Order: sequence, then structure tokens, then C-alpha cells
Amino acid sequence: MSVNDKIVSDFVNNQIEFVTTVPCKQLAGVIDQVDANDSIYHIPSNKEDEGIGLCAGAFMGGKRSAIIMQNTAIGVTINTLVTLTQYYRMPLPMLISYRGELREPVACQAEMAVHTKALLNQLNIPTYHFHKEEDVEELDAILKYTFMCNKPVAILTDASFWGGY
Amino acid sequence: MIRSEVLKSLLPVISDQFVVCNIGLPSQELHMMDDQPTNFYMLGTMGLSSSIGLGVALAQGQKVISIDGDGSVLTNFGTLPTIANNVADNYILFIVDNGSYGSTGDQPTYAGQKTSLTEVARACGCENVVECQAEDASRVMQEALDSDKMTVIVCKCESGNIKVPVITMDPVVIRDRFMKELAARNA
Repeated sequence: MSVNDKIVSDFVNNQIEFVTTVPCKQLAGVIDQVDANDSIYHIPSNKEDEGIGLCAGAFMGGKRSAIIMQNTAIGVTINTLVTLTQYYRMPLPMLISYRGELREPVACQAEMAVHTKALLNQLNIPTYHFHKEEDVEELDAILKYTFMCNKPVAILTDASFWGGY
Repeated sequence: MIRSEVLKSLLPVISDQFVVCNIGLPSQELHMMDDQPTNFYMLGTMGLSSSIGLGVALAQGQKVISIDGDGSVLTNFGTLPTIANNVADNYILFIVDNGSYGSTGDQPTYAGQKTSLTEVARACGCENVVECQAEDASRVMQEALDSDKMTVIVCKCESGNIKVPVITMDPVVIRDRFMKELAARNA
């Protein structure tokens, strides 16, 4: 099973039925799979904080939700994560492409990469880092953990995990 | 009419509906006038009332009204194309357009100047966009509810505020009672 198949299958097996995405080149394959899956309502967002708002609404409407986005989005979603997702105690799996890590060809991406874990740490957001392909085996447990504790949880996925940029 | 008077005029129509209400004074006014479990008050995160409301509407069958403001829609402008392209006929976006950032001291917004949110919403692809004057808000809202069509209402009103207490209710209580009422109605 490909990594993309495994991720979407774990989403579906954990009853995630509402997924919002803001694209990243590394995430193109998984976004295609989300879009193609009949069990998931895929709603592309124009900005990541908008997406987190949509996810909050879907959760309150009774559907488990998730967001797929790039790590640069941490910069634009801090207020939303703190005053919406955390303040109202809502679960939110965040599958995040970790741009600016090893094998990154675009220098500017390293600028946000060096802040990514520090910011997530400052926000007390449980953070997992997928570096090797087999790390995806933990996704199912991470999703169960997220819906157990009602918190936003970050899954950082770097270029090595995706098999290169 | 100012926003608080518009909200008061809407109460007979929206009191029994699920409402996601914008941060600051709109939520405080609704809370003071008609607090109930069907109201979700935003205590933070300016701009996301429309997104949260659309998420609720897409996830289940009950009607959902987002009460938003012109300033907040400008803050989260990307919401209008998302709404237009994800049609939920149980969703109404009601924009109180008083041309100002009311909660922060009535600073003017661009919506009170050259920018028409009505035309922007139409250009984004929203199919049922109604612009109305404050005096007609209640009738237009009732018509939107009766139509069973996703509707964006831009309600032009005057700028101005009344004194209202802040909301001291715990956010988890607000969220929990909203979810329980929604689940009960869907049962």
C-alpha cells in the first residue's frame, strides 16, 4: 500500500469524513487521494485559518474533520489554533508538509522550517515527525490519540518521508 | 437602525434556529437578548463565523445561520468562494453591513466605501445574494429560511453600539450545549 493510500485509509478507518486542504507540492498525491475518496467530503480552503474554522464547524456538526496543509501555515493559524481549536477543546489532526528540511531545494522554505517545531512546542501542540516511510505506521495511533484528547495534533511530514521533493 | 436593533428584530425568526455568531459585540448582544443552546458564540478568532457556520451546515441537516459583519468578511475574504462552491441549502450567511469595525470603535471599513460585499459575493459565485435595508432584515431572513436555498444576506444598517456585558460563559460549555442540542434535533 502506498503512503498516500495508507494515510487516507487511516483517515477513513478513524471516521474522518470532512477534510480541508491547502495545497503543497509534497502533498499533491495525498490531496488527490482525499478528493477521490467517496467517504470523505473534500473542501479546499483558500487560507488555512479558514480551513480550521470549517473543521471546527464540521466537528460541531458531528463529523470528524482534519486539515492538510504546509508548515508555513503555522504562521497564519496561531490565533485560530489557540482561540478556537484549543479554547473550545476540539480535536484536529493536522497533516503538515514539513518544507525546508533535508532535500529541500527552495532556500526560503528553510526560514519557516527552523521555527516550525518551536512554535508548535510553544503552543503545547502534540507533534509527531514522519521522516522515514515506515513512520506512517504510527498514524492510526496518532489519530486515535487526537480524538481521545480533543486537541489539535501536528503530524510533520518531511521530504525524506515523501521520497524526495 | 444599528446592529443591536437589527439583531433584536431578527429574534422572532432566528430564535429557534442554530446560529453561529460573530466575535465581539454581535455575540454579546445576542447573548444578552436571547441566550440559548442553539447559539454558538465566538469568543475569539475574528473572521471565521462564516467558515464555522458552513462547516456545521455541511456536516448535518439542520439549518444554520452565520451572523457575520462586513469587517469580519473582509478579514476572511476567501470564505465567499468557498461558500459559493460548496453549496449547502441549509446555510444562510447574514452579514450585518454597517460599514465599520463596530467592536473596536467604529473605524470605517472598505465595505462602507467603494467595496460592495453584495457584488463581491455574486462575483465569487454565490447564487442567492440579497441586499436589504435594516428595516427589512426580519422579512428577508424569513424568506431565506423558507426558500431552502443557500442564501447570503447583506443587511445595510447604521454604525453604532449599545452597552453590553462581556460573555463569561466557558467556551467548552458554549460548544457542548450547542453540539448536544444539534445532535438532539438530528436524532
